[in-house]
Amino acid sequence: MASELREAIPTFNQPQGGEESADVDITNWSALTSTSFARSWGEAVAIVAVAVVFVAGLEILLRVANVPAYTMPLPSEIGAALFGNFGLFAPHLGVTLRVLAIGYAIGAVIGIVLAGLITQFPFAEKIITPYILLLVTTPMIALVPLLVQKMGFGPAPRIIAVSLAVGPMVMINSATGFRRTDLAKIALARSYGATTMQIFRQVRFPLALPMIIVGLMVGAIFGLLTAVGAEIVGSGEGLGNRLMFYSSRIQMANFWAVIVILAAMGILIYVFFYWVGKRWASWQA
Amino acid sequence: MVETQPQRRTIGANGAGAPEADGRPITMSVRHVSKHYKTGTGSVHALEDLSLEIPQGEFICILGPSGCGKSTLLWGMSGLHDMTAGEVIVNGTPVTEPRPEIGMIFQDANLLPWRNLWQNIQFPFEIKKLDPRPFEGRIRGLIDEVGLAGFEKKMPRELSGGMQQRASIVRCLSYDPDVILMDEPFGALDAFTRDEMNLLIQKIWMETGKTIIFVTHNVSEAIFLADRVVVLTPRPGRLAHIFPIDLPRPRTVDMTFEPEFIHVVKEIKNTIETGRYTPLPKLTGAARS
Repeated sequence: MASELREAIPTFNQPQGGEESADVDITNWSALTSTSFARSWGEAVAIVAVAVVFVAGLEILLRVANVPAYTMPLPSEIGAALFGNFGLFAPHLGVTLRVLAIGYAIGAVIGIVLAGLITQFPFAEKIITPYILLLVTTPMIALVPLLVQKMGFGPAPRIIAVSLAVGPMVMINSATGFRRTDLAKIALARSYGATTMQIFRQVRFPLALPMIIVGLMVGAIFGLLTAVGAEIVGSGEGLGNRLMFYSSRIQMANFWAVIVILAAMGILIYVFFYWVGKRWASWQA
Repeated sequence: MVETQPQRRTIGANGAGAPEADGRPITMSVRHVSKHYKTGTGSVHALEDLSLEIPQGEFICILGPSGCGKSTLLWGMSGLHDMTAGEVIVNGTPVTEPRPEIGMIFQDANLLPWRNLWQNIQFPFEIKKLDPRPFEGRIRGLIDEVGLAGFEKKMPRELSGGMQQRASIVRCLSYDPDVILMDEPFGALDAFTRDEMNLLIQKIWMETGKTIIFVTHNVSEAIFLADRVVVLTPRPGRLAHIFPIDLPRPRTVDMTFEPEFIHVVKEIKNTIETGRYTPLPKLTGAARS
């Protein structure tokens, strides 16, 4: 609210309020935006070369040491399974993605809206924050057996678990962003006669955006973990379920192929938000 | 110009230090303004019964030590702060909220870091829901004048402190306010850039004839720029003295080394230290009281 301006002593050099200094970032955003993957072709070649050497070395080591396939399949076998059996994995990948997307959308929207609302009312924030922390710190997979018991083996319990994992994570980071009130910038907007809504849209939201993006990224990764975990615990489909399925049948090449898919999903999430951060929050770095 | 202001503070129907002589209309009146801030540990008494009249087109500097309430006074003038007592009147209307004829320039430029220079200058128009197109020629001219042509697409962090402050000056002038309030705008700049900015502000002021109220804690800067320097006492801020500055314009950096300039510097520093004005022995020649 713009009213906070009216009683604020106009010196902006010190941080406003004690909590400001305790900006808890789960991710170090500046590190994230300033490091680039490869700054030149030389670096890119080096990165790829290390990967090739690692995979080839693993292949040779496993062959030489004669490690049985049920302990660790050869990288070449995993690759063959990944491409040869992709048709088997694809429907399950679709199931996992759908649960993740729906749960994430619900959780992220609720998280951002709640953060935006709650930071406007410090008293309400004080009351609600412990419960949000409780939700952040409790692994939501723990709820899945209970939800399955009530709702059956459909996607609903998993979607709920993903939302519950994503929402608080997005909220807690977004709230940190919304709490960063830069009184000088608010005063600037007010000096042009800005309304509370204009201040929110033009000052508070852009100021909070880098932290919102961090929240969305951490939330997406937590959402993926929870989606897969929930499939392991209580589902007949999805990539998590496939992990259980293939390991119980000792089809380790397939098992590892699923793990490679999951790792790729995680990396894609990271790269996507890295790009979003570069595009929308680079002013922060 | 009124020659002397002997009292620590003048309380009268006219307020203090009214330069009624040349008959210019009064743009801003500050009448018996006081301000207490409520803080966690009690209250801060920032301003005490301060009155001031500022005629149209005057360049006035408000000078005082840190924490003397000079920023508070300016924020009261802008309508961003409510005063505990007294009132501020602009062109006959009491200021109770930010007004369109008042523009403000802040400490440290205060650009929005997520907007480029051009978008920053558009910001007031977006908030005011004003169509910027009729002002575009004016804005381009201003950008040219302050030497920022070609930098429109740059983000604030790519600009030096001086360039950022130039951009904020353009942003303020873009929609053509009558009164410009400046809150220690060059405090964070190095001495050379500060001199440059002071020359620029003087030039803009001489060209546009705006009423400028400029808060600073830098004595030479105040004398260099002002028609009158208003000195406040340490907390609570009271009017210590108003120094008319009769140096010819346009003023140059060289003038700041002249004996009569330095004489005023000494008088003002003395006034700030003691809280009241005592004339120092006159220089031989043209030094003013």
